[in-house]
Amino acid sequence: MNTPDPMRIDRRVAIKWMLTASAGAVFASRPAFGVPAAEAPAGAPAKPPDGYGLDPDLLRAYKPGDLWPLTFSAAQRRQVAALCDVVIPADSRSPSASAVGVTDFIDEFVSAPYPDNVRDGKKILEGLAWLDAESARRYGAVFAEAAGPQRASLCEDISRDDPGRPGLKPAADFFRLFRNLVAGGFYTTPEGMRDIGYEGNVPLARFDGPPPGLVERLGLTDEVKW
Amino acid sequence: MASVSPISVSDNYDVVVVGSGAAGGQAAYTLAMEGARVLMIEAGRKYDPVSETPMFQTNDTAPLRGAGTPDKYFGFHDATVGGGWIVPGEPYTNASDEEGRQFTWWRARMLGGRTNHWGRIALRNGPYDFKPCSRDGLGFDWPISYEDVAPYYDKVEMLIGVFGSNNGLENTPDSPDGVLLPPPRARIGELLARQRGRGLGIPVIPIHRAVLTRMLDHRAIPPRLHPGNAKAQRILSEDMQGRAACFWATPCGRGCSIRANYQSTTVHLPPALATGNLDILANAMAREVYLDTKGRAAGVTYIDKTTGQEHRASARAVVLAAGACETVRLLLNSKSGRFPNGLANSSGLVGRYIMDTVGAEWGGHVPLLESLPPHNEDGAGGGHVYVPWWLYREQKRGRLGFARGYHVEFGTGKMMPGAEGPYLPDAGGTTSFGSRLKEDARRYYGSYVSFTGRGEMIPNRDSFCEIDPTVVDKWGIPVLRFHWKWSEHEIKQAAHMQRTFADWIEAMGGTNTKAPDPDGRRAIHAGGAIIHEVGGTIMGNSPSNSVTNPWSQAWDVANLFVADGGVFASNADKNPTLTIMALAWRTADRVLDEMRRGNI
Repeated sequence: MNTPDPMRIDRRVAIKWMLTASAGAVFASRPAFGVPAAEAPAGAPAKPPDGYGLDPDLLRAYKPGDLWPLTFSAAQRRQVAALCDVVIPADSRSPSASAVGVTDFIDEFVSAPYPDNVRDGKKILEGLAWLDAESARRYGAVFAEAAGPQRASLCEDISRDDPGRPGLKPAADFFRLFRNLVAGGFYTTPEGMRDIGYEGNVPLARFDGPPPGLVERLGLTDEVKW
Repeated sequence: MASVSPISVSDNYDVVVVGSGAAGGQAAYTLAMEGARVLMIEAGRKYDPVSETPMFQTNDTAPLRGAGTPDKYFGFHDATVGGGWIVPGEPYTNASDEEGRQFTWWRARMLGGRTNHWGRIALRNGPYDFKPCSRDGLGFDWPISYEDVAPYYDKVEMLIGVFGSNNGLENTPDSPDGVLLPPPRARIGELLARQRGRGLGIPVIPIHRAVLTRMLDHRAIPPRLHPGNAKAQRILSEDMQGRAACFWATPCGRGCSIRANYQSTTVHLPPALATGNLDILANAMAREVYLDTKGRAAGVTYIDKTTGQEHRASARAVVLAAGACETVRLLLNSKSGRFPNGLANSSGLVGRYIMDTVGAEWGGHVPLLESLPPHNEDGAGGGHVYVPWWLYREQKRGRLGFARGYHVEFGTGKMMPGAEGPYLPDAGGTTSFGSRLKEDARRYYGSYVSFTGRGEMIPNRDSFCEIDPTVVDKWGIPVLRFHWKWSEHEIKQAAHMQRTFADWIEAMGGTNTKAPDPDGRRAIHAGGAIIHEVGGTIMGNSPSNSVTNPWSQAWDVANLFVADGGVFASNADKNPTLTIMALAWRTADRVLDEMRRGNI
């Protein structure tokens, strides 16, 4: 029996992906970077869209959804939470990504009005649609309903660019983008910062530099006239 | 705070100062402390770092995990409010759409301006930096020398508080004993870079930054800064006791509510206001300098941004400290029968010779720094060490292929994680995830080292700004149009930066993910991107070759002064802010002298 290539991307999704990529190019030159409105690339907004503006309250603690509406459906939330936890699962040192609110952060990111978010948000939504379709095709269940090993296997397949399968590149690009977002969302939380050993952001009476022994261990010296 | 509205503006000021940043803050401080009555005009809103600075806020409580957006380019918690690369309703234009010929303009519209978020790197220009043309025949010499400015560097360093050390290196001036505060200990990555830099001949020394590593000496300093002025000494002494030493947390770019670093709003303005001699008018967009019948500056016309109404503020003297380009705009928009080409522009040089800093970066992964025991590396915010330009001899022998130098700033350590996520090398092109991602994040956190090159740009005929013939801002004020071109010197310098840094990463046992680009055109940032723009009203020794005299006083109008970086005749690799403040203090002394002598 002639089995179809498991990594073949649905043609309609692929076309949409291509269209998204070309639309994204309009924003790629980052019109916000001081380019006067008159010279901004065609199609780019003449001014920043409605975000939090130039003078937001910097002291307030914000939650996703406070500044612009979140847009994920219930099914998308389940899927994103499942994918978050494949990317960052719980272990003995820290919880999983979805357990510390990264799903909400991804929703906030995808729903944000800024050009970069609009561009990357489209890629993510397309990627999520592809992931569900591919999961259903392979396992007869959308991603969130697939078994753990099935989810991991699917992610494994899109965690690298395979030169033999150029059609896979959009899925691999999506996965890298999504992974980076999850990592940024997770390691900015108190749990994530603790996990990697960020010990700052506390007031100290004095700054002592590296801990005792470390300078010597690396064969360095700290005797310069400071 | 003695903030005033257009209705309560007095008609009895000695000086009106346009701008409230490093230049305006220092000028207003010196003038008010020495008894002059000052009105400060600021285009942005009032801003109080003590009550508005987000200290200790973490990125998970910020929108988009604190990532930069078009609204807050340097991140959500960055101190800048009301400004950025784009200021709504206040456009500017570029004459060319050619690649590499754009100027990008950062404007902070807030009290204190850019000093609220700046990197606090406070380097002195050296003796060579004031006489560059004499050394290599390029650009211009200043009409003043290091010796003229040194006493003002001393005073500014004592006033604002600068940590650093004296290392006696070429063209890298030492400060007098007791002026600098002790530098903080170096971080582990900085020590490794220092050790491995030695083999490459690269000297790593403590950087100078405007951060209090201990409280200022409130007894000894005020008499040195204000001899014979008991009131100023008392006010400054009291104010210095209200500035805490750094507690080694919270990035300086957010500003500092405990006033441990320098920003105009925490260091210059509070004592100046305490004298009762300073009024601050915020939300006032200066439009032009108007003249009296004798052709002297009579005051400043401004738009009250809250009402759109135009008003005038009069004074005996006008000090422009709006930032180099905004000052150019004000002068060129101040046209009259007597000065049809704009004020102070008989030389035709207003707007000419705009300079920024050459900027290029490079970074790499250093395995020796993997899996180090967790420890707090926040320190004083930015880098604790730097490299002053070190290749004077090679350059003199013609071995580098470009003129003028750069210094190197560092990025190392286990800093507070941001939206971009931790460094993940993704070996073999594989996007890591799952338990491997968690292990990688722990292992590689703090193992990425970055170098930032900041170099000198030589003034050239192709980099300038002028009034756009058709575009106006939302108040109808004509806007600036920029022209920009890097010379081969800057482009080759940027390539040299990346090559040097890549070699350095390898000397640290690290790996470069790609080879540095030999074409500096791809390494160098756009003009304006480093936010060190200076020039446009350069000082000189003759009215034909400059806009101001050696005292930053307009040749054409005796009671008009430029206190900002506009007067720079060159833009050394050293970050301009400390020199701006030193010159602003010197300019304010000149204003006071001229008033005492009855000349203005």
